[in-house]
Amino acid sequence: MSALATSATPLVQVEGLHTFYGKSHILHGVSLTVGRGEVVGLLGRNGVGKSTTLKSIVGLVKAAQGQVLFEGRSVTSVPPHKLAQIGIAYVPEDRRIFRLLTVMENLRVGFDRPGVTDTRKRELLDKVFAYFPVLADRRNQAGGTLSGGEQQMLAIARAMMLEPKIILLDEPTEGLMPRMVSQIRQIIDALHRDGVAILLVEQNVPLTLETSQRIYILEKGMVRHHCASSEIHVDHDVIKQYLGV
Amino acid sequence: MDFLSSIPWQLLLIQTVNGVVTGMILALVASGLTLIFGIMDVVNFAHGELFMLGAYFGVIVVAATGNFWVGLVVAAAMVALLGAALQILTLRPLIGRDPLNTILVTFGISLILQNYALWQFGTVVRKVSEPIESYFTLFYLQYPWYRIFVAGLAAAIIGGLYVILKYSKFGVWIRATTQDRTMAQAMGIPVPLVYTGVFALGAGMAAASGVLFAPLGGVAPTMGLDWVLKAFIVVVVGGMGNLGGSIVAAILISLLEAYASIWVSPSQAVIVSFVALILTLLFKPTGLFGTTVTR
Repeated sequence: MSALATSATPLVQVEGLHTFYGKSHILHGVSLTVGRGEVVGLLGRNGVGKSTTLKSIVGLVKAAQGQVLFEGRSVTSVPPHKLAQIGIAYVPEDRRIFRLLTVMENLRVGFDRPGVTDTRKRELLDKVFAYFPVLADRRNQAGGTLSGGEQQMLAIARAMMLEPKIILLDEPTEGLMPRMVSQIRQIIDALHRDGVAILLVEQNVPLTLETSQRIYILEKGMVRHHCASSEIHVDHDVIKQYLGV
Repeated sequence: MDFLSSIPWQLLLIQTVNGVVTGMILALVASGLTLIFGIMDVVNFAHGELFMLGAYFGVIVVAATGNFWVGLVVAAAMVALLGAALQILTLRPLIGRDPLNTILVTFGISLILQNYALWQFGTVVRKVSEPIESYFTLFYLQYPWYRIFVAGLAAAIIGGLYVILKYSKFGVWIRATTQDRTMAQAMGIPVPLVYTGVFALGAGMAAASGVLFAPLGGVAPTMGLDWVLKAFIVVVVGGMGNLGGSIVAAILISLLEAYASIWVSPSQAVIVSFVALILTLLFKPTGLFGTTVTR
């Protein structure tokens, strides 16, 4: 692939994704793109298929129709562990850290990959411990003993160990105290500065609008609205229509 | 004092040694079984046949080379490879299906392997001589050192397994996959490879137990049946998928049986294991050391 094509193609391109859980049709042809280093918000009410979109991208849910392109190549039939190896990291809604593994072992799952030198492993660890000092203090503690906020940090730190090009972040602030929420926001900004793309699923509309460059609004398994985050504000009619309480 | 003097102390001690020796072999069989169950929810009914095949391969290699230890290593390696092949060919395609499918498949494999052994090796029980022929005096008995050595070696293999699980990359992968296979995949762990590796490891451990047991009880096509039955009891009593629990339960149950056979015949002493199983299921269905694992 030529350099020109690489810069023109989006990092992740989702085309007409249809996904089913048993007989219920969850995604009705979702299409979206995420550029290199771009933070994209995915908004919508509960149950409209935001999480399913993320799961379909990482291959944890098989799409019945449509495809996912990563750096211009179709990865629809690539197994999830290979996707993780080529740069797609996933931080699920319920965090799902390995509860019986220590903090260090949780991170090791990510950085103990072929081709990562010991120096690089050190650097990666130093980096997340600088972002999340509390994880350094608890490195030998079982993941399950951490608080909710700390588990969220561990889940993000673990994903960072893969040195991903994109992180799919599912409701990172759900159930967290305000202090933790602002810390998560700082991390999203820091990852953005590092050039990591993020596809952010959130219920917190202000946070999403402030951290992302573009947003998609989902309803009933379809993209209903798509715009730059700067073009919209919390009180906008579109937000009220699709997300209003 | 009458009651105390009625207890045959010396016999009790001898049976303790016997119980620990059988318990360690059983622990080796059961730890493979529980590891396989813990990580892939596969109840491996062919485990006893892998034990039996290990014993036969051991007998063949010992006869050819004259060296018991070569037989042990080669048999374990061969059965581990066989286990890997079986997993790839029969269990891998069934991932995500109803567990009943895997039960039927492993049960089928056990029948095939048993009848293969019957066809190839016949019904005559084969004997292997103990590689260590010295004895020591245990009260009025000449007790073979080999038995003590078997217990030690089984403990060493289990210890090796612990070190692998605790410190190696593959061990961390195994533990991560056991806890949450979906996230293990999402973190780049090649889960199908981990499954195959664990099945091979469990098969190799079963084979090693088979070779170690061969000089004690002889080798026959149906020798795996008793062991796998007891291993299942141990795995349930120790908590499904709980490695430490299985090891403790293996020794506990073997000791109980050994003590019971002081008063009743060894074939009746087996009842004790079933009583332990039933009591566990009644009062602590998750096993003595059971924990719940989220998937």
